Parts: sequence; C-alpha cells; structure tokens
Amino acid sequence: MSPDTKTRSWIGWDAPRERFLLTGFLRPGQERTVLLELTARIAFPTVLVLSLYLLFAGHDRAGGGFSGGLVAGQAFVLRYLAGGRLDDSSTVPLRPPVLIGIGLTIATVASFVPLLAGGQVLESAIYKFTLPLLGQIKLVTSVVLDTGVYLLIVGVVLDLLRTLGSGIEADVDAAAREQAR
Amino acid sequence: MLAFVVVHLLVALALVFVARRNTRAAFLVAAVPPAAALGWVLAKSGPVLSGQAVDEVVEWAPAIGLELAFRLDALGLLMTVLVAGIGALVLVYSAWYFHAGSGDARRSAPLLLTFAAAMLGLVLADDLITVYVFWELTTICSFLLVGQAGVSRESRRSAMQALMITSLGGLVMLLGFVVLGDTAGTFRISELVAHPPAGPQVAVAAVLILVGAFTKSAQIPFHNWLPAAMVAPTPISAYLHAASMVKAGVFLVARLAPVFVGVVQWWLPAVLFGLATMLVGGWRAMFETDLKKLLAYGTVSQLGFIMVLVGAGTPTAAMAGATMLLAHGMFKATLFLVVGIVDHNAGTRDVRELSGLGRAVPSLNAVAWLAAVSMAGLPPTLGFLGKEAAFTAYLRHEWVLAGLVVGSMLTVAYTARLLWGAFSTKPGVTPTEVKPVGPGLLLPTAVPAVVGLVLGVVYGVPDHLAAAYASQFGPTTYHLALWHGVNVVLVCTALALAGGALLHAVRFRLAAFRRDLPRPLDAQRGYERVMGLLERVAVGVTGRLQVGSLPTYVAIILLTVLAVPGSALLLNAGVPEDLRFVDNLLQVPLAIVVVVAAVAALRSHRRLTAILMVGVVGYGIGGLFIVDGGPDLALAQFLVETLTLVAFVFVLRRLPAHFSTGETTLRLPKMLLAAAAGTFIAFAALIFSSARQVPPVSHSYLARAEEGAGATNVVNSIIVDFRAFDTVGEISVLAVAATGVASLILASRFERRKRSSRATAVVRQEKQKEEVRD
Repeated sequence: MSPDTKTRSWIGWDAPRERFLLTGFLRPGQERTVLLELTARIAFPTVLVLSLYLLFAGHDRAGGGFSGGLVAGQAFVLRYLAGGRLDDSSTVPLRPPVLIGIGLTIATVASFVPLLAGGQVLESAIYKFTLPLLGQIKLVTSVVLDTGVYLLIVGVVLDLLRTLGSGIEADVDAAAREQAR
Repeated sequence: MLAFVVVHLLVALALVFVARRNTRAAFLVAAVPPAAALGWVLAKSGPVLSGQAVDEVVEWAPAIGLELAFRLDALGLLMTVLVAGIGALVLVYSAWYFHAGSGDARRSAPLLLTFAAAMLGLVLADDLITVYVFWELTTICSFLLVGQAGVSRESRRSAMQALMITSLGGLVMLLGFVVLGDTAGTFRISELVAHPPAGPQVAVAAVLILVGAFTKSAQIPFHNWLPAAMVAPTPISAYLHAASMVKAGVFLVARLAPVFVGVVQWWLPAVLFGLATMLVGGWRAMFETDLKKLLAYGTVSQLGFIMVLVGAGTPTAAMAGATMLLAHGMFKATLFLVVGIVDHNAGTRDVRELSGLGRAVPSLNAVAWLAAVSMAGLPPTLGFLGKEAAFTAYLRHEWVLAGLVVGSMLTVAYTARLLWGAFSTKPGVTPTEVKPVGPGLLLPTAVPAVVGLVLGVVYGVPDHLAAAYASQFGPTTYHLALWHGVNVVLVCTALALAGGALLHAVRFRLAAFRRDLPRPLDAQRGYERVMGLLERVAVGVTGRLQVGSLPTYVAIILLTVLAVPGSALLLNAGVPEDLRFVDNLLQVPLAIVVVVAAVAALRSHRRLTAILMVGVVGYGIGGLFIVDGGPDLALAQFLVETLTLVAFVFVLRRLPAHFSTGETTLRLPKMLLAAAAGTFIAFAALIFSSARQVPPVSHSYLARAEEGAGATNVVNSIIVDFRAFDTVGEISVLAVAATGVASLILASRFERRKRSSRATAVVRQEKQKEEVRD
C-alpha cells in the first residue's frame, strides 16, 4: 500500500514523501497527516527550548525540573504521534534507560558533592556573578539536582513511548504480518 | 585505615581494565595493596602490642550517628597479617595458577582484591554497623568468586548455598548488633568492651550474634556450605575458605568475647557447637577422597576448635585461640595451595588416582610436610604451641579436654591421610605424571609454612601477640613455649598423636565400618529440604496472592483502605468547623465540569470515551489548582494528565473498543465497593485537611525559601532543597518503576511470545515423538 501504487495514488498523492522526522521510519501515506507533521516539525525545537526555560526558571517562577522534563517529554510525544516509531535505536544515540540512569546519577552525585565542600548532603549554595551581555546571574546549585530530575523524566517518557508507543505499534504490525501469511 | 580499604577498592576497579589485557600483570598489581597494608601494620606493631591501639573515626552521616570507626589492636593486627599477608601471597600464586587471559582470571583478579578490601575493613572495624557492612561485602564477593561464570550447575548451586546460609546468618547477626548497640547505647566495639552492658537483652544479642558467626565460620549445623564451596578455583578456596572469610565468624567471636564475658548464652553454645563441629568435621575429613574436600572438612574441624577457644572468655583460652587463628591461617593456606599445585600439575586431586608424587616433586612434598606438621600439632611449630595452650586452658574441664584430644586425634589422622593421599606411592596405582612445579607457584606456597615454623621456634613473638589480645580477659601467667616440662598437657599431645597414627593405620577398616553406620542426619540434605520447603511455600503464597486478575487486586487494595484508615475515620470523624461553600466563585463551574465528567466516565461504554472523561476530570482539578493559586501544581497536573491520557490511548490500541458487558454476577458488590471507596476518599479529603493540630510546616518554608534556598518559588525550593532527599527517593522509585514497566512490556512482545511458543511447541513435538518411539 505504498503511496506510488497507481490505483492508490489519488489517495496519497499529497502525502509528504521525504524522510522527515529523525526516526528513519516511513509510515504509509494514509497514516500520516501533513498538518500534524508540520506542527511537530515547527513546535518540537520550540517546546524543547520552553522546557529548558521551565527548568531554569523553576527556582523563581512556575516550573522546575519535573515540569520541564514533562514538557520536553511531551515534545517527543508530539513527534511520535506525528512520525511514529521512535525507538529506532540506531538514530537515537541515547536509549531511554541510559537517560534515566544519567539523570539518577546526576541527582545522586549532586546530592553528595556538598560533602566535599564541607557541607551536608543535599545542601545548596548560591553563586551570584555578572556576565557580559546577560547581566547579573544568580546560580543556585540545586539546579544540578533539578537537571537530574529533568533528564530522568525525559527518559521515563521516552521509555513509555518506546514500550507503550512504538512497542505496541510494532507488535500490532508483527501480528498483522503473521496473520497475512 | 579507611584509606587502605579505599585504595584496595580503587585498584580493584582499575584492575578490571588491566585484566582485559594481561591477567598475570593484574594479579601481580593486585598483590601490591595487601602487601602495603601488611607492611603498614607490621610497622605499627610495636606500639600496638604494647597496648596503644590506633584509632580512626570517619563520621559520614553524623545526623543519624553513623560512622566508620577503625581500630588497630592486637587482634586486628593478627587478622590483618592473615588477611593482607596471605592475600598478597595468594594473588601472586594466582598469577601463575590461572590460565593467562582466561575468563576466570579476568574476573577473579579484581574480585579477589575487592574481597581483600572488605576483609581488611572487617578485621579493623571498631563499629558494629561497619562490621556488618564489610561482613556482607565479603559474602557478596564470596558468592561471585565461588560462582565464577556460573556455567556449571554445581558452581551455581554452591555459590547460592554459601550466599543463602551466610547472608541469613548475617541478617540474624545484624539483629543481634542492633539489640546489643541499643542496650549499651553505643555501637563502638571498644566502648562496649570497656563498659560491657548487662541484662536479658545481652543474652538475646549474644545468641543472635553467635548465629551469624556460626554460619560464617561453618559451624554445625551450617557447616555444609564450606565443603560445597570447594568448586571454586583453588587459590580462592585457599584465601576465602581457609585464611580469611571463614575466619570472620571466629574473629567476630574473638572480638566480642570481652563484651560477653560470663554470659552463659555466649560461651556455652560456642564451646558446645565448636566441639561438635571439631569432631564431625574431623570425622568427615578422614574419609574424603577429594583432597580439597578433605581440607575443607579439616577447616570446618579447625574452625570448631578455634570457636571453642575464643568463645570461652578466659585468658589462657584466648591466648590459645589467637595462636590457633594465626597457625591455622598459615598451615591451611599452604596446604590448599599445595593441593592447587597438585591439581594443576598432575591433573587430579583424587586420593585414589594420585601415586608417587612425593618422589616426583620432592620440593612440594617438603613444603606440604612442613605445613602438615603444624596442622598435626607437632613441635616446633605454631600449631603445636596453639594446641598445647588449648589443652592447658581446659585442664579443669575434663569433658571439653577429652573432646579436644579426640578432635586432635582426628586432626592427626586426616593430616596423615592428606600426606599419604597426595604424595605416597600406592601399590597398584600407576604413578601419576606430573609437570615440574615452577617457582611462581611454589614460593608463595612455601612462605606461610615457613612462617609457621619460624614463629614456632621464635615463640616469643606469637606469645607477645597472643598475650596482648588475652590481656583483655584478665592477667595470665601462661606463656607459649615449646617445653613446659612433663605434665598432663604433654601426655594429651602424645595421646593425640598416637591416636591419630592409629586411626590412620586402620583407615580402611574404619571406612568399611563407617559405611555400615546409619546416617540419620545429613546437613546437606537438611539444607536442600529447607530450601525446597521455602520454594514450595513461596509458590503457594504467590499462587494465592497473585491470581492475575486486576479487579481482584484493586478490590484487595480498596478493602484494605476501607478497613484501616476508613474505620479510623468512622471512629474519630468530626465535622470541621470552618466549612465554607466556596472560596472563589470560579470553583463552581469547575466543580460542575469535574462532576459531570466523572458521571460521564461511569456511564460510557466505550473505553476511549471513559479515558477522555477521566482526563477531563484531571484537567478540571488542574483548573481548581489555578483558582487556588498553585500554578506549579496546576502545570504539573496538566502535564501529567496529558501524558497519562496519551499512555492510555497507546494501550487502548490493544484493547477492545467497548467494555465487556458479559458477566454480571459480581456487579453489585463491585459497585458497592467502588461507591464506598469513593465516599471514603471524599470525606477523607474533607476531614483530613482540617485535622491539623500543629502549625503547618509551610509557614517556615515560605519564610525561609528566599534566604535559605535562594528561591522565590517556594514549591520548587521544597522540591530541590528543603525536601530534596524525598525528591531523590522519588525519582529513584520512578526510575525503578519505569524500568519495570518497560521490561514487562518488552518481555511480552509479540516476536518474543512467538519465539517462546514456537520453542515450547518444538519441545512438545519432541516429547510426542519420544513417546511414540517408546
């Protein structure tokens, strides 16, 4: 049922044909919607930036590592909904469990670093300094812990997509292929 | 001292990479840290033996009173000499024992060093919790070292058995530690020794700790894991199962004996079980045909002997115990390494196949004799000094003395059997072909034996060491010496030697006699029965609790909720006073949306509709958060709700579109339960929020957020600062949960299911074929 089959061409003639999302997996034309793909293409980086904003703004405004991570996760959800098949490991360099592990490691290590500086576990410090162009910057060390949370949440969402999303999709495909035989 | 442990561990980590390239270099590098530790304690031995212990305390979690405390005293010195000295020798030996580049070698080099680190930490620890941590570390290392690659069923089973028995004992011991530390108000061993606590709790603690020591030191009835663990490569057996790990139990008893002086629940089991272990171990060793098993039972026997000595709590017995600890470490390490060489170079360690080795490899024969003389307790060796002291300590207790003498007879007999089995020329057996023994294997083997002899001749040194340890139990006039004159003890020694020689002479008739003996008790069979029972109970419990029905699980959870907090609510319910209709008029439409959506979810027949309605409920709650001024909560609520919705929709692809409407039998109970649970939650939310008795903690958070955490968003400052520990815990749970869910789903993938069903189909077909053939 590829788009260039003559009898079907009138259905899929306006479906985009190039590889669009990074997965390298091309869906059959009927399962694609141009509008969603376009939206995903435009929104994906924007949403990621927004998630980073939430991560750093969290200390003073609404947001934080948890919300930021969830927003970044939603960006991937959007990408999956538009493009499908996210878990093509050859194109995604970091597999979700690795991401989860990195997040947990960062959070755990960050909680012990204050010990080296003579503080207590999970103590945070505040640094203020001035950067050219950006003006005064206030850096609270707890943002490192928050970054760990962020990465872990992104990993969890990606893991969800890998298993419940493309995992089930692949499953359905495999079952259908089996039945066709 | 902590630094030594840490360096051991760091080098072990680096060894993983060294061992990939060159295993021999890895073993030689691994020998350096133990050698350095040995050098350090020997340098410190002067002040330590004159009573000035070296203390070191590292507080690592002072808030909950946890610290790593270390103390180098006479006993610590003695054990470090064993652990580090024999460790270094075994590692050098291993460099030539293991086939270069083999998987076992690559695994063993870092593991052995890790084990040495744990052992060093254990023998130097001065804090009960520190002891426990290192104790279990040795257990884990032992599991990995015995199991090796786990390719053979026997090695897996033996490793598992060692792990099960020793870790079970470890847990019981931890309980004892907690009772002891709690009673005394301190976990520091030196303080416990200085001010021994009293009372019935101390007796309980004594028994619990003894259980841990018995399992680790392979005392009856836990002794069977030690002979089973002989599947490990010989250097590992020499180190773990002769010189160090199995000594941990007797070491612990020796370490804590001053705390329990005069506690009958402490010394009586130690002496009784120790004596029984000595006799049973010696008896079994006399009939083993596998040289390694023979040594293993010999070790069991010797550990029982040492247990009798260190558990007693009298100065002379303590001196004998310390001497025997050292002596046994020396001669048993050598003998294990000798058996390793025999196995390695002759290709077998079966008594019935070996012949003529004594003439073929005279150097090895000589080394073995040297160690065996010490094991049999002949002068002028360390073993002789220890045994004389032991007999002296129990001169007034005839029954124990008789037991010790009989045990020593058995020791002499199996020593003779070992030498006869390994080196003699047996009539009717073709002489075994044996490769020449290189210095790399022979030198590390010979060193402990020579040390055992030298310390026997220069008996002032071990006397000084043992007296320094025994001084905790009171003054003693006894001194280790080669000649105390003609007395009862000398007669006992002569009796042991003569009896042992006699037993060896009649060994064949004795074996025939033993075959006819009934054997009502067998520790190995007992262990297997207990394990089998455990598995059956586990299967039964799991089968009844995990019925595989989601409604059942939900019902159990809801019933529990209704029964426990629900009944509390019913009993103590009071209507809150400051009940208001609304805080903000916007709440009204939002509440209506939530209620309508909830009802719609209940009424819907399609799964997708229900999920969407549940989503609407969630978004409505998020809206309420905004109205109440919690933008952070609302943001998180919206995001989580969206994600949940997406996840549900993903799953719905695999489920039927409509809810099943088939069976209606349990409909009413289900409805009632659901309604009750819903009502409970509603009332709980209403009443719990007004049941506050102390001022809310949020005030202090609000006040301190700005200067304490540098945050103007108090929610975030709670998450990453005030309650950051909770956050770390939560994300750990999240990581585990996500991984678990992913594994479950990936494990049930279609491709996998197909493969496994195909595999079972193939098996079934094969079986059918076989049946047809039959």
